[in-house]
Amino acid sequence: MAEEIKLMKGNEAIAHAAIRYGVDGYFGYPITPQSEIMETLMEEKPWETTGMTVLQAESEVAAINMVYGGAACGKRVMTSSSSPGISLKQEGISYMAGAELPGLIVNVMRGGPGLGTIQPSQADYFQTVKGGGHGDYRLITLAPASVQEMADHVALGFELSFKYNNPAMILSDGVIGQMMEKVILPEQRPRKTEAEIRSEQPWATLGKPASRKPNIITSLELDSSIMEQNNIRFQAKYKTIEENEVLYEELLCDDADYLIVAFGSAARISQKAVDMARKEGIKVGLFRPITLWPFPVKEISACKNKVKGILVVELNAGQMIEDVKLAVECKIPVNHYGRLGGIVPTPQEVLREMKKMKETI
Amino acid sequence: MKDIINPENKVYEKPRLMNDSPMHYCPGCSHGVVHKLVAEVIDEMGLGEKTIGVAPVGCAVFAYNYLDIDWVEAAHGRAPAVATAVKRLNPDKMVFTYQGDGDLAAIGTAETIHACNRGENIVIIFINNAIYGMTGGQMAPTTLLDMKTATCPYGRNTSLNGYPLKISDLLAQLEGTYLISRETVHTAPAIKRAKKMLRKAFENAMAGKGSSVVEFVSTCASGWKMTPDQANKWMVENMLPMYPLGVLKDKSSDSQHTTAK
Repeated sequence: MAEEIKLMKGNEAIAHAAIRYGVDGYFGYPITPQSEIMETLMEEKPWETTGMTVLQAESEVAAINMVYGGAACGKRVMTSSSSPGISLKQEGISYMAGAELPGLIVNVMRGGPGLGTIQPSQADYFQTVKGGGHGDYRLITLAPASVQEMADHVALGFELSFKYNNPAMILSDGVIGQMMEKVILPEQRPRKTEAEIRSEQPWATLGKPASRKPNIITSLELDSSIMEQNNIRFQAKYKTIEENEVLYEELLCDDADYLIVAFGSAARISQKAVDMARKEGIKVGLFRPITLWPFPVKEISACKNKVKGILVVELNAGQMIEDVKLAVECKIPVNHYGRLGGIVPTPQEVLREMKKMKETI
Repeated sequence: MKDIINPENKVYEKPRLMNDSPMHYCPGCSHGVVHKLVAEVIDEMGLGEKTIGVAPVGCAVFAYNYLDIDWVEAAHGRAPAVATAVKRLNPDKMVFTYQGDGDLAAIGTAETIHACNRGENIVIIFINNAIYGMTGGQMAPTTLLDMKTATCPYGRNTSLNGYPLKISDLLAQLEGTYLISRETVHTAPAIKRAKKMLRKAFENAMAGKGSSVVEFVSTCASGWKMTPDQANKWMVENMLPMYPLGVLKDKSSDSQHTTAK
């Protein structure tokens, strides 16, 4: 059963993986190109099988605040949206970070700014890894590059999120959300019982027994001396995450003269460009960050002594390139190639840019 | 004196669910009395261990400091969305929100209307004092015409500010609401009546009958720049004509009054 290979869209994989992970609640609002997530959930009717709640909210703002409420009860809760809707969710994400609540948010990115386009983009990188909402907080960010990873990152996102009591985001895009691939779904897990939650999340607001003090979920603290301590605690937690949770994939990096750094759909396209380059005798490797925050700083930094130059390929005007440049401390050339507004580059374009870079070094 | 201090002579005690934290509310403010009623109703229904309160942004943001139950503090206006998830994921629990007029009827209007329209099995406790107290007395959606606030210093003017929003009347039109009542807590009889309504609302939520909203027309002596006594009088003379007291909607009244109890 678990080994059954299925063919489905990335968005559908998220929905099936959520049910099988034993998610307690999904709260969403339709927006292209991720509507299949809620559509699949509604079609599957998980409330009849696992008891999962699925609710179409009146807005993205309401949906993320439902996630906040569910998370406050220690439940496994999630929402999904695409770029314009994710902007609306930033309030709730900041409150979750401030109240140290776990939860999963999926962003199947489309081109912006504004209403932009419904075509794929990676232009929300800054928004996701540099803040998004107000205050000094960090969002655990996973960047799937396949339908299989869309499914796998649901469990990974919840595990990291509950390990650190911090919201996590799957930062995908219209390519990964809409494309169909083979996927092996995880085995069905039971949802947590109230007794399990009370023991594993003792802070959860599930009703106060006489034996303990009230649980209060809040991000408010008017005493600045305490609020500073709260922030110091958050920062220490973020540092622990940075030290322990970096994930990445290297492809043909060992003997590479040049490196492409790309995530998500841009990495899939770049993978093909690497194959093409190798056939022409150019030793190119692909470094794919899987966690965008925490960013693989040490691992990319280590490349600066091994390769002559790095090409960062993104579906944006140059966002992750800033983190790559910081990682290598600008000691080697770092170029950028990106297409904007929903245009997806071809592997040929990426190869051409790589050759251009090679000529200038 | 000592011989009269015994249980059978006791006429009043502090609600067991209220703790000893000193309240931050101003003298003459209605919040304290409403908090007390909420504590009494929860305790009398034996729901102390099953209740989750959702606090707003505004003066009542610190409601969680005063009642010994679990609390979730919501973002401004989002309490009904937060409560929706808390209740749906824990259908056996008692879930209520406690919100002011700015929270419920301005920034959170969409969340309020849609939670009620879905008939979420929650209670919404709505404090309407026609002003933003916490931020220093600015205009609320419920501010009366000609009433002066920090952001309508010459009085609320329809061409500039529109009209006072009677949101409870609006909520009464929704199929999902079961009970909508408007109360005050400025006299002993009013307090008694308000408590009865509050209890009904809590019973409805536990019975899964849909959303119940109890509005409290309230005083804000500080925001109104009056003494507590003046504020009570001003409320009766000015607020109540605009926000008349009583049951706006009770789905149980036709069919169940005669049979249920």
